[in-house]
Amino acid sequence: MNGFKKDMLAVLGFTALLFILPGFLSNDYYVNVLTLSLTHAIIAIGLNLLMGYAGQVSLGHAAFYGLGAYTSAILTTTYAFPIPLAMLIGILAAGLVACLIGVPTLKLKGHYLAMATLGFGVIVYIFFNETIGLTGGPSGFTGIPRLHVLGYTFTSDRSYYYLVSLVLAGVVLLSLNIIHSRIGRALRAIHTSETAAQNAGIDVAKYKIFVFVLSALFAGLAGVLYAHNLAFVAPSSFGFNFSVELVTMVVLGGMANVWGAVIGALFLTILPEYLRIFENIEIILYGGILIVFIIFLPEGIAGGLVKLFSMLKPKRDDGAGGK
Amino acid sequence: MGLSSYLQFLISGVTMGSIYGLTALGFTIIFNTTGIINFAQGEFVMLGGLLSVFFLKWFDAGLPLSIVMAILTTTAIGGAIERFAIRPVRSASVINLIIVTIGVSIFLRGLTVIILGKDTFGLPHFSGSVPLNLAGAAVMPQSIWILVITILLLVLLRLFFTRTIYGKGMLACSYDKKASYLVGIGVNGMILASFFISALVGAIGGAILTPVTMTSYDVGIMLGLKGFSACIIGGLGNPFGAAAGGVILGVLESFGAGFISSAYKDAFAFFILLILLFVKPSGLFGQSKIERV
Repeated sequence: MNGFKKDMLAVLGFTALLFILPGFLSNDYYVNVLTLSLTHAIIAIGLNLLMGYAGQVSLGHAAFYGLGAYTSAILTTTYAFPIPLAMLIGILAAGLVACLIGVPTLKLKGHYLAMATLGFGVIVYIFFNETIGLTGGPSGFTGIPRLHVLGYTFTSDRSYYYLVSLVLAGVVLLSLNIIHSRIGRALRAIHTSETAAQNAGIDVAKYKIFVFVLSALFAGLAGVLYAHNLAFVAPSSFGFNFSVELVTMVVLGGMANVWGAVIGALFLTILPEYLRIFENIEIILYGGILIVFIIFLPEGIAGGLVKLFSMLKPKRDDGAGGK
Repeated sequence: MGLSSYLQFLISGVTMGSIYGLTALGFTIIFNTTGIINFAQGEFVMLGGLLSVFFLKWFDAGLPLSIVMAILTTTAIGGAIERFAIRPVRSASVINLIIVTIGVSIFLRGLTVIILGKDTFGLPHFSGSVPLNLAGAAVMPQSIWILVITILLLVLLRLFFTRTIYGKGMLACSYDKKASYLVGIGVNGMILASFFISALVGAIGGAILTPVTMTSYDVGIMLGLKGFSACIIGGLGNPFGAAAGGVILGVLESFGAGFISSAYKDAFAFFILLILLFVKPSGLFGQSKIERV
């Protein structure tokens, strides 16, 4: 079985799993939490391509998420654009901004890159808060229409969940393809050593911009999906804390592993819901779990699972096996 | 606007900038021994201020003693973080260690909310709140306290790093840990000490700032961001560049708020930072590193 078929099967299995899942949930609230966690997974996958594969840290990805969400929200509500068109513009807006700030920013390395993306994120966050006439300011932007396309309106929470599941499956498949292509190999080469990659004939600047813009497009896509699901957006969802949470999703799930980003996003979005029963010690537990997981699973949850499987697998010594 | 308002902006900028500088100094000290950006640094500043408030309330021990107790408690917490959260994972990659410090900062904020609550608290000024007049600008006595204590602390740290064997040992660790170990420096002890000193510096910053700005459980986030920015402006790894970066950031922010708009005060600070990074990618006082392939 070649790589593509294997990925195809895995994605199909994953989608099937996502489709059965709501059957076990009695309450639509839980379906909504799942939808949100899948939305976060879309961003985390993009950020993982940037961080895990290309080795470029971004502490400002919540801004692209917000740009997508606000652009589509404002165009449909204030300017009465058709929803699919507004969504497309929202996604492209996130990508365009990424392109503009990526050119000077991606020349920076390490902590300086982290700082620049962080600064960008804070500026966009303040912009959402202060341009009250446009965005509604800190109290948020209301009255965003729910998605309707080709005469069908996604009114129920479950129908929207299925839509987001399909989009996520598409994003996973696309990302797996990119990783196994020439681009993916170039990105990993850049992660190992930019100078060496350059000497091997890889256009480092071009690939860095490409993956940065791609991750911003994914974040923008998640943003437009978020806006037309909740019908309400507020700046607090797109601040520095969420950018940090996204990075945490990638690291906790497992760097340089597409499925890891999905696991990290699901885990960190659903965990607070479970911790809610502990009421006021909720935040302490969240912080504590984060520390313990990183201490005991340094390669993330996905990395831990891979290790576990390789330990369980009986060792073959005939040498005839393999892929 | 006249000269007096320029002076006013300068004074308030330098006051806030001193605190950013102290926070940045804390970042740098831990970064130099471990390579970690400690996201819990802002929490040290928060604890320094908030614990002072509560020790004053609970024990009625008078302001100076309460502040000393708060600083010592925070310093102990800093050491505990190194011992129980950082040391067990020392061999992990830097990004994992940074996530651990994020976990620690969330944990500390959560603990603070449970024990001390979510309210905003103030602390009395150290020597009255009657402003002094300096060429038409009003100077709060607390601003003078902040400046004097910051300068004193910088001098003491400078002496520590250049004149004492422990300070020199810590500097050696920041250049090369393995080589330091080989010449007989206790690297573990030095890393522990760097957390102690960072927490101490942060807590002092928090305690002297609280009379001016008030404090609550969540002030550490923004202070941490500004402190990190100050480090980057100064060139990461250079403690006194970081302190200078803090003052520069504070002054720019104050003038930005005064002349442009106070709503965009923080955006202005970060905008300048981005421009600076694009023009000089290794900070004002940092030298660019040569990458080994």
